[in-house]
Amino acid sequence: MRVFCNLCERSLFFAKLLLFNTKGFDMKLITAIIKPFKLDAVREALTEAGLYGMTVTEVKGYGRQKGHTEIYRGAEYAVNFLPKLKIEIAVAADQTEATVAAVVDAAKTGQIGDGKIFVSAVEKTVRIRTGETDAEAL
Amino acid sequence: MHLSNITQKAGLAALFLGAMAVPSFAEDAKDVAQGTQFVYVFNTLLFLIGGFLVMWMAAGFAMLEAGMVRSKNVSMQCTKNIALFSIGGIMYWAVGYNIMYEGVDGGYIGTVLPKAISGLVAEQNAVADAIAAGTDPTLYSGASDWFFQMVFCATAASIVSGTLAERIKIWPFLIFVVVLTGFIYPIQGAWKWGAGWLDGMGFLDFAGSTLVHSTGGWAALVGAIILGARIGKYGPDGQVNAIPGSNMPLATLGTFILWLGWFGFNGASQLAAGTIQDVTSVANIFMNTNLAAAGGVVVAIILAQLMYGKIDVTMALNGALAGLVSITAEPLTPSPLMAIIIGGVGGAIVVICIPLLDKLKIDDVVGAIPVHLIAGIWGTMAVPLTNSDGNFMIQLIGIGSIGAFVMISSTIVWLLLKYTIGLRPTAEQENAGLDIAEIGVEAYPEFGPR
Repeated sequence: MRVFCNLCERSLFFAKLLLFNTKGFDMKLITAIIKPFKLDAVREALTEAGLYGMTVTEVKGYGRQKGHTEIYRGAEYAVNFLPKLKIEIAVAADQTEATVAAVVDAAKTGQIGDGKIFVSAVEKTVRIRTGETDAEAL
Repeated sequence: MHLSNITQKAGLAALFLGAMAVPSFAEDAKDVAQGTQFVYVFNTLLFLIGGFLVMWMAAGFAMLEAGMVRSKNVSMQCTKNIALFSIGGIMYWAVGYNIMYEGVDGGYIGTVLPKAISGLVAEQNAVADAIAAGTDPTLYSGASDWFFQMVFCATAASIVSGTLAERIKIWPFLIFVVVLTGFIYPIQGAWKWGAGWLDGMGFLDFAGSTLVHSTGGWAALVGAIILGARIGKYGPDGQVNAIPGSNMPLATLGTFILWLGWFGFNGASQLAAGTIQDVTSVANIFMNTNLAAAGGVVVAIILAQLMYGKIDVTMALNGALAGLVSITAEPLTPSPLMAIIIGGVGGAIVVICIPLLDKLKIDDVVGAIPVHLIAGIWGTMAVPLTNSDGNFMIQLIGIGSIGAFVMISSTIVWLLLKYTIGLRPTAEQENAGLDIAEIGVEAYPEFGPR
């Protein structure tokens, strides 16, 4: 009985994969590197823009801001990589401009080291729980 | 810790109180007068309270070191600290105490025998017999004195642990601790506190700037030279690479614990609390001890600000400890202002000597060499500034002879260990961290994906 149920569930899952697989639906992944203390502002701005989901990673890196030197027990040392947050948001292509604008608006201080935004194409999206894909999975 | 002084003082008090006692008590030789009992009780309590405060310094060293090493070596540092405290405790019972205190008689070494616990009746009889014979009775429990002296011995070993952190295998370190706590520390201790030759000469070291702190510092210094620096600490063209510690709150907590413990270290080194004179001295010592630590911090943070443009918290922590070490050789006779100055010089020593040691490529992870060795020498030399019994030449002889003995004996032990079982882990193990290589337990296992 249990085996049968498992089979049913699986076939349902793959059926959904096929059914909802709307090829050609345009999606973008927006990757933004921001100053850590700007996270709340960015999250609020995105929520206001109607986007409900993001992934945040603590990262380190450098760009034009470069690093700086610190002193520990009399010895100078270079901090080459500065702490930043990387947020990733997958959106329907037509939402890209609004999303980018919201992030820029919220994360900007005008000082060096505000970060960057990268937009890249997404081939496919799958929601693990249901098997929904692309437009339904975003 | 002038044992001869205390027995004299206690003896006078006992004779005085004995004379006032009711005659019927005096008829029975085994009865000890109320006043004598009072002195005995308070002296013993001072040893016990001071002793457990100094015991707690072991926790202070453990936390300070845990915070000053990288997270991959924290479990190792904790293991070293609890192991060295236990090994020191056993060795100081097995041979240390009697080498230091039993039958030194102006010489160089006492008796190599375990410390026995004398029974209640025996202690009571010894006091009564001494009073009856008109000699000075020992007015404290033998076990309380052993406990108080044992925790000092462990302190000396803790100092070595911090300097050699992050690059020594655990077993050679622990074997060194066996020799240090069982023999090296007690032998040089006998010269002064065991009424040996340095004591006869008039060398002064109230609570151990030289006997405890410099001794640990000398052993750490030769250990650091023989062991070499951590991988990556010094670059090929002489540059010094900072290796920041993993946890400043722990290092700060450790420093505060040590500061607290120091009231036992210095205060209870009065060795007597049975008279108004003695407890007043203990209280004055508390005051000077606190002022010296505060002076050390204030000077260290001002100097760090001036020299580096920012206040390095580890310099402030080391400044407190250097102030405490500086006042340890004579915490009683300085005026409060003088205590601040003595401690403040200790704070300056730290800020100036830490980069200096790096120039010499001596890698001292926690700053124990400036804090305990160099500030210890300063504190010992500062004794004649406020104590008219002190003499600069004799202080120098004490520092030099103990320094030479500890350096030579430590060098022999470190070299023996180096060429037999080896001191250092492989480069691969050192890079991976000693928590994994030697302990098998990471201090912070939940950080990051596994």
